[in-house]
Amino acid sequence: MKKFLAAVLAFAMVVCLFAGCSSGNSNEGAGRIKIGSIGPITGGAAIYGNAVKNAMEIAVEEVNAKGGIQFELNFQDDAHDAETSVNAYGILMDWGMQMLLGPVTSTPAAAVAAEAEADGVFMLTPSASSIKVIEGNTHVFQMCFSDPNQGLASADYMADNGIGKAIAVIYKSDDPYSVGIYEKFSGEAAVKGLNIVYTGSFEEANKTEFSSQLTAAKQANADLLFLPIYCESIAPLMTQAASMGYDVDYFGVDGMDGILEVEGFDPSLAEGAYLLTPFSADAQDEKTVNFVKAYKEKYNEVPNQFAADAYDCVYAVYEACNNAGITADMSAQDVCAALADQFASGKFVFSGITGNNMTWDSTGAVSKSPMAVVIKDGKYVLAG
Amino acid sequence: MTLLTYIINGISLGSVYAIIALGYTMVYGIAKMLNFAHGDIIMVGAYISYFAATSFGMPPLVCIAVSMAACTVLGIAIERFAYRPLRNANSLAVLITAIGVSYLLQNGAQLLWTSNPKMYASLIDIPALHLFDGRLTITGSALVTVISCVIVMALLVLITKKTKVGKAMRAVSEDKEAAQLMGINVNFTISVTFAIGSALAAVAGVLLCSSYPSLYPTLGSMTGIKAFTAAVFGGIGSIPGAFVGGILLGVIEKFAEGYISTQLSNAIVFSVLIIVLLVKPAGLFGKVRREKV
Repeated sequence: MKKFLAAVLAFAMVVCLFAGCSSGNSNEGAGRIKIGSIGPITGGAAIYGNAVKNAMEIAVEEVNAKGGIQFELNFQDDAHDAETSVNAYGILMDWGMQMLLGPVTSTPAAAVAAEAEADGVFMLTPSASSIKVIEGNTHVFQMCFSDPNQGLASADYMADNGIGKAIAVIYKSDDPYSVGIYEKFSGEAAVKGLNIVYTGSFEEANKTEFSSQLTAAKQANADLLFLPIYCESIAPLMTQAASMGYDVDYFGVDGMDGILEVEGFDPSLAEGAYLLTPFSADAQDEKTVNFVKAYKEKYNEVPNQFAADAYDCVYAVYEACNNAGITADMSAQDVCAALADQFASGKFVFSGITGNNMTWDSTGAVSKSPMAVVIKDGKYVLAG
Repeated sequence: MTLLTYIINGISLGSVYAIIALGYTMVYGIAKMLNFAHGDIIMVGAYISYFAATSFGMPPLVCIAVSMAACTVLGIAIERFAYRPLRNANSLAVLITAIGVSYLLQNGAQLLWTSNPKMYASLIDIPALHLFDGRLTITGSALVTVISCVIVMALLVLITKKTKVGKAMRAVSEDKEAAQLMGINVNFTISVTFAIGSALAAVAGVLLCSSYPSLYPTLGSMTGIKAFTAAVFGGIGSIPGAFVGGILLGVIEKFAEGYISTQLSNAIVFSVLIIVLLVKPAGLFGKVRREKV
């Protein structure tokens, strides 16, 4: 018995030896900077995570083809859940991540940002727009404009273009993304003198059932619905409004992007809807045209603004890495210090497909100007 | 007019709760167990009817039949493999198993059908009723939901009161061992109960998604909890109780949303439940059973 045990133990030790060996080898792999990313590729917000993942893969391929700095991307799923996202962050840290381009959605991003801040890891999120993500963090940055900006810009756009004589708002009261936009919007609406006739809210548990809110908005004779919420709720809302015979215009923010890609959704319901976005797939500049072409070839879909923000993220850190002379053998903390210095000092200027001459300030927010897109004949078109 | 609209919305939502609650209450009344996987069978039923309609282009009634058949098989299989081996275990073990089955179905659905929400094209092709110059609209699916809920309730009462299987069900409900001594096949009777409950779940799935058109793997969990609340509200185990409980819950929810606050509606619904249970611990129609010690 003892002999047998000894043999087993000896065998186990040999296995361990080889195990150590093999992992040692893989660590040596070419001098690539390890980029981690996290987002929902399953769950109700999967449209956004998949768009980000696809676009990052394209951008990393392109960057690597240039022959300079080499990137290696590891994308983890968080199903739009904060706890899962923090676990995914742990997996990436074990993998040896040197910078984080994620998470994609706000609630998980706020949770992960706290971890990244504590560990001294550079974080640039493509699309988590809540102010809570960057608040109080010195090396967490956003590629998208933040929620307050979206709310502000929405109200300004309505006032400047005179759309919506009677406006109703429906927001999700247990989602910081939605609440953040709504609060800024209602503040600015009061300043600009917009006529808000109804404000309704809903929670996660009722995210597909809007008969009461729509009834109330209809009673108040609202002709424009402002919806700072995600597609998973907008799609059923539009369907229900149509079935109760409520003819109304819609105005959404980045959460509405992707509405035309929801499976089984009748795109004619979204006809004429406005949405605020930094990116339009039919812009004619060379970078956008190339990106849209590559994305269509690879994934057979038109990229949305989440994809565009993600694409810009990779190029932004590529340029910043070049400026700061970052190499693959630096520790995550050194990479972080160098990149944060670039971004926070305001000396780093980046022009991508979601805006020209973007700069960041020390809070982590980006400065770029949003534009409005309108849905026409089942396509996103720049609003005139 | 707004009041009427809220009442109609409430009844429409309430009858979806009611039809789900009927499934809960039936299984509880007879097998004396809380089948927490019931909500997820609804989700499976909705997915099957969705694919029957979109991928195979079947007519609506056939879709519903296919979905009912599939859910019946699923329900019997769950009972056979997950609950029957625990027939003599304590009720807590069965409850936990039911929660396990619920998660298994949810995650299985995520693997099979991904968790991207799908928009469910209503299988009910009946035009909406417009009353009072279009100021009041009753959608076709709301009409069908209310009517089918009443029919289902009547059928269930008939089955349990008038048929031989129904008699066996009531006997099993009263006392399993005594029923067995009287020559009743307890396992078969419970299987039949699950079969009926699951077929109902398929109908509920189709009606739920026809009114509220978003389809995703966790669809059944919150709706299931609300329907379970409705069953407790009406007195769990009582068939008319589940019906009344469901409708009342729907109307209270819509009134709370319409007249008090959309943000507080769930809190209000559950507060009403607590108050009712404080006054009538067995629910509105529940029988108070004296435990003999």
